[in-house]
Amino acid sequence: MENLPQLVPLVVFIPLVGMIINLLWGARLGEQWAGWIGSGAAILSFLVSFLLLTYLTGSNYQSVVVNPPFLDGWLSIGSINLEIPWQQRVDTLSVTMMLVVTGVGSLIHIYAIGYMHGDERFPRFFAFLNMFLVFMLILVTGNNFLMMFVGWEGVGLCSYLLIGFWFDKAKGVGWKNSLAARKAMILNRIGDFGMLMGIFLIFWTFGTLDYYKPGEIANVEYQEHLVAQLTGEHGEAAAPAEGEHGATTTEGEAAAPAAEGEHTEAPVAEGEHGEAAAPAAEGEHAVGPAIPEYVNNDHIATDQLGVFGKAQRMLEDGAEVNFGVVSLPIETVLVLITLFLLLGATGKSAQIPLFVWLPDAMAGPTPVSALIHAATMVTAGVYMMVRSNVLYHNAETTSLVVALIGATTALAAGYIAIGQWDIKRVLAYSTISQLGFMVAAVGIGAYGAAMFHLVTHAFFKALLFLGSGSVIHGVEHGHHDVSHGHDHHHDHDFDPQDMRNMGGLRNKMPITFLTYLVGTLALAGIWPFAGFWSKDEILADAWLSNTAGGYVVLAMLVIAAAFTAFYMWRQIEMVFFGKPRTEAAEHAHESTPAMLWPLVILAFFALLAGFYNVPANAGPFTIFGFFEWLFGGAHSFTVFLEPSVAYAHAGEFQGGIAAVALILALGAILLARRVYGDNKSVTADNTDPLYVNPATRQIWSLANARLYWDETYNRLLEQPFNAIGNFLAHTLDWTFWHDYVHEKVVGRGFNALGDLLSSPVDLGIIDGIVNGLGRLVSWLAGGLRRIQTGYVRTYAITLLLGVVLVIIILLLPMLQSGS
Amino acid sequence: MFQVPTIADLNLGLTLPALSLALGACVLLLLDLFVPRERKEITAWLAMAGIAVSFVLNLAGFNESGTAFLGTFAADQFTGFLNIVILITAFLGVLLSLDYLKRAKIERGEYYVLLLLSAAGMMFMSSANDLIVVFIALELLSIPLYIMATFRAPDLKSEESGMKYFILGAFAGAFFVYGAALVYGATGTTNLPEIFAAVNGIIAAGGSQMFLLLMGTGLILVGLGFKVAVVPFHMWTPDVYEGAPTPVTAFMSVGAKAGGFAGLLRIMVVALPVFVLKDGQTAAAWQQTFWLVAAATLILGNIVAIAQTNVKRMLAYSSIAHAGYIMMAVAAAGTAGVANEATRAALLYLMAYMFTNLGAFGIALAIEKDDGSDTGVDNFIGLAKSKPALAAMMTVFMLSLTGIPLTGGFVGKWFVFKSALDAGLVPLAIIGVLTSVISAFYYVRIIVNMYLKDGEGDPAAGATRYVNWAIYVAFAGTLLMGIFPWIATNLSDTVVLAVEMFVR
Amino acid sequence: MALQEFAPAAALLGLSVLVALLVVMLSRLLGPHRPTSRKQAPYESGMKPIGQAVRRMPVKFYLVAVLFIIFDIEVIFFLPWAVVFRDLGVYGLIIMGVFLFILTVGFIYEWKKGALEWE
Repeated sequence: MENLPQLVPLVVFIPLVGMIINLLWGARLGEQWAGWIGSGAAILSFLVSFLLLTYLTGSNYQSVVVNPPFLDGWLSIGSINLEIPWQQRVDTLSVTMMLVVTGVGSLIHIYAIGYMHGDERFPRFFAFLNMFLVFMLILVTGNNFLMMFVGWEGVGLCSYLLIGFWFDKAKGVGWKNSLAARKAMILNRIGDFGMLMGIFLIFWTFGTLDYYKPGEIANVEYQEHLVAQLTGEHGEAAAPAEGEHGATTTEGEAAAPAAEGEHTEAPVAEGEHGEAAAPAAEGEHAVGPAIPEYVNNDHIATDQLGVFGKAQRMLEDGAEVNFGVVSLPIETVLVLITLFLLLGATGKSAQIPLFVWLPDAMAGPTPVSALIHAATMVTAGVYMMVRSNVLYHNAETTSLVVALIGATTALAAGYIAIGQWDIKRVLAYSTISQLGFMVAAVGIGAYGAAMFHLVTHAFFKALLFLGSGSVIHGVEHGHHDVSHGHDHHHDHDFDPQDMRNMGGLRNKMPITFLTYLVGTLALAGIWPFAGFWSKDEILADAWLSNTAGGYVVLAMLVIAAAFTAFYMWRQIEMVFFGKPRTEAAEHAHESTPAMLWPLVILAFFALLAGFYNVPANAGPFTIFGFFEWLFGGAHSFTVFLEPSVAYAHAGEFQGGIAAVALILALGAILLARRVYGDNKSVTADNTDPLYVNPATRQIWSLANARLYWDETYNRLLEQPFNAIGNFLAHTLDWTFWHDYVHEKVVGRGFNALGDLLSSPVDLGIIDGIVNGLGRLVSWLAGGLRRIQTGYVRTYAITLLLGVVLVIIILLLPMLQSGS
Repeated sequence: MFQVPTIADLNLGLTLPALSLALGACVLLLLDLFVPRERKEITAWLAMAGIAVSFVLNLAGFNESGTAFLGTFAADQFTGFLNIVILITAFLGVLLSLDYLKRAKIERGEYYVLLLLSAAGMMFMSSANDLIVVFIALELLSIPLYIMATFRAPDLKSEESGMKYFILGAFAGAFFVYGAALVYGATGTTNLPEIFAAVNGIIAAGGSQMFLLLMGTGLILVGLGFKVAVVPFHMWTPDVYEGAPTPVTAFMSVGAKAGGFAGLLRIMVVALPVFVLKDGQTAAAWQQTFWLVAAATLILGNIVAIAQTNVKRMLAYSSIAHAGYIMMAVAAAGTAGVANEATRAALLYLMAYMFTNLGAFGIALAIEKDDGSDTGVDNFIGLAKSKPALAAMMTVFMLSLTGIPLTGGFVGKWFVFKSALDAGLVPLAIIGVLTSVISAFYYVRIIVNMYLKDGEGDPAAGATRYVNWAIYVAFAGTLLMGIFPWIATNLSDTVVLAVEMFVR
Repeated sequence: MALQEFAPAAALLGLSVLVALLVVMLSRLLGPHRPTSRKQAPYESGMKPIGQAVRRMPVKFYLVAVLFIIFDIEVIFFLPWAVVFRDLGVYGLIIMGVFLFILTVGFIYEWKKGALEWE
């Protein structure tokens, strides 16, 4: 049992093998094999993750740091004290992410077997998907920021490859796809710059990149509590543990086994040494996990601590960080670090100001949209900030910025979604909006709530995307059937993703409809679906934060939640209700079982996943404690996270806020039903009812134009950048250097010199020798020009100027000092 | 009175790797006379054998250190590491040339002899412990390159390229000699450790000797800066790289840089590390200048590269930019206490750059036509369809040049940035990060062309057996360094610079 | 630093410059000097100059000239060595052997390449 964490390298390794097989022999294996090898790798990886979960539950959530074989010297230079080991971390946070990535990933792999059927690059698609899993799992299992960065860049690369997967589609669509891929790549590079600067700063400040060193305890309170429990002093130990958290925690009931607390990573299992190195208690281990030796990190010297432990130690000491020129207090440095990391997160998690790539990224195949651009990769930014919760918790300025960015993004994206026609684009803006919820949660300090929303969102957003893929598939096939039946005239313009071309699919695709409805209600936050619980916890935490910023965030999020319900119901009406608006929709039919089973499974989770973290005292919402009882206590998910997320605290249930949010959402749905229901979702001239109504025309147009965000970027950034590039290339390098300096200055200068020397001779003022000299100069000039067919003299003069420059710069300090 | 040394005093054992290569070149020149004209690949195989012998000798003597030739020649791990880089470069250079010369109908045995001689010059440079030896090595590595650049004669571009390189090279070489003379004037010696010993006296004395030494340092920077192509001594690079036959470009873009930086590092780290204007300063007097040169190189190289449409020209500007990154490490070496770390960073960067750049040039060579045309960026369009393996490897090379993790380029950049930060050159490190972001634009463009644009893929007729081998080796090296960087870092860990051996 | 070590070299330099100047100056001062424009023109058997002074020559001339310089240098190097031959002893002999070897390699190469044959 205690050797289970040693399996964690397999989580990364299995998809790697799948990728290599598909990359090398995919074409020879054929569709069936390629698809199942890819999916099999994901499923196996999921099973291993599950084994890791069983290990954690069986060992009081004690974290373990694993050194995979063959990789232990990853980056180390003894002499300059650079030591970045390739270590993987098994703790509750990383296992949560592993389960989401591999679980949702497996379903999407299976779905893709049906969806990609007949694509000429089928095996490569699965190779890329597996490659994505490899990097995403490196990102979440790494024990240091460099590994996170490796995964971070890797998933970015996969995203780039998969957005542009259909780069060769005919009629310019392929070109649009590759432009979208490039946009994603470039905007992410901006974020990566922030990430890199943040990592540099972390290394400069703490001298290490490890989150926690092996044996270090992440959550001291949890550990004290746990040890007290195990040694039978439950009563006394429980009190101090609650004292710290008291204000916001209510559970404290004996029902919560290992409540608010701290966490540890006691056993350091290194390769085969695993058993030997583990605490002595391992011997008689059949009974239960060993009692951890330490309850806090006081026995570890400061320079042996990881980033987070060291940050806390430095905060206690009020240390200063020396940057050569200036020395900053540690609080200020933390603000800088977190701001840089935030820039990275806004790139990857599509937040203001870098969100514009995500809607375009929908150009990729739908399974990609579901897996990478909804459920997993885009949440990497949230994961990173939750992982760094110690830093964010201690940087109040940043937290405020984070909260405002998240809330603004949630609101703006939710608003834009109202005006979109493309079924996937609506979901894309919805994703941005929901990511905004998570980021806002991080900003107000609700790290547990952010992770909870991340998990539930992964389920229902993957479900919605896969459902939309099923719809698109159905409509496309319907269109295919029609245009084969009789020569269809508007063949060129038909867009299977445009909701105006749908309608009435409720009867054609019943299973897709039902599962899509579940996803919609979950996203809209209707009781008892998963979204209700996770969204409500964020709102409750915003209320409990008891600050002006918290209230502003709360207000924005509540409005955003109402928008969510509105645009989702608009979509339901347009796609599934009413009458079919095109022949393609008329002839659409249900998708294959390989695509439907994942939908059903995801719908199951979208319905029930929320109960895993039900709050206490939620009264009728939890059917009077039934689910509390089922999952062994309230806030089970937050409790599960606490050993690895020091500041994950559970918010008290706020019945009033939950009721207001629920009523608003239901109201928004009713409103949407009024506007779009009864087969009037698309008006006769093919536009939105809101646009037709003069009172709401402006509002809708602004949403439809995406708040002019892309255009602004285009004008402010892209055009000037291109202009500067052109200026440097053409004007400066070519026109100025080659034409002006060479032809005008140098060429004419030589001629002028020649003239100066030779024309007076011609005039007869000086004769004889001077005459010869003049000719010699112009002959030399001409001769040199003939020999040096290029611009060698320009080069030589530049060289000479460089010499002068170098000498001047070297001598300047000496001359200034007056010696 | 001059004491006549004995042969044993020369310590010939330490010089074996370099000497064997030079001797091999002489012997090859004679052997080639008896190789029939249509079987010149025999000469190439012999050349490779010579490189292999030198490589083995170098590995065998890797851990021995000391001086030879009466203190003018230093052999230490710095030499050993650089020799590995140089010899691999030469080996891959021969592999790339074999079929290319045949295709271009310029197959002559002298080519390989010149290549060996130039490589021998680079190896002498990596162990030069005296300004005069630096100069001789500089000429020995340059002159064969001038000839090789014109090897495609009577092709006009090739002739022009060699001529330009020669004239400007001679010009810059003169500056180096002038600089060396000024240093001699200030210190009374050309031996690097002795210069080091004399520097403290000059700092104390100040005045005109200080002036001479500063001037000399600046002019040495000019002479060697020209070889490694840093701004503002870079103007020749694009024209020469474009005009020279592609395998020659590949060889000189790596080899000449390795040689130039070897000389620069050795002079700056062994002779002038504590050369400050006043007592008590920690940054060497030349650091400021190197810093500015590095910054200018990074900015200009990366930005102008965006505008290039010819891939050889683009790689030329990119090689200027990479010289900037290595220059960053040299500048960092000017801070007291960082010298060894910065030297290691420069060495690692050189190694990563060697694999990546040789690979990239190898692929450019593969799509080039027999007459030297078709090296545009647009010729990469559709390569993913016609030659998926080549396109995939080119992608890795481009990513490595950009500095994406899991490639050698990232490892090199990481160490260089690290050393710059440790040396307190924070603005320079920021410029480095920013410019490497900019560089993504023109590297990714190649990837976009290969994968995302529609078009007939190039048949890549140049991707013959030996060229493929060379590309595979470069590819393997790039990935190995990226995924298992400790192979290279551990090797460089052993590097102990002469500065610790002689004077401390 | 002892600059006086270079005194003999400096004297030699000065002397040669002086002599060169002297010769030019003397002929200028002593000789009659009445220039006309025709006298100043380049001499081409009384005709008006046509074409350039520099003409293409067979490359063989250059080849021979270069070969000559190489062996010239060799002699210059040999002479001082021969003078102190006894002092340098075996060491000097071996070093000169190396020098000769390199020279000989080049010599064999050019011979075999046919650089020594006029036609």
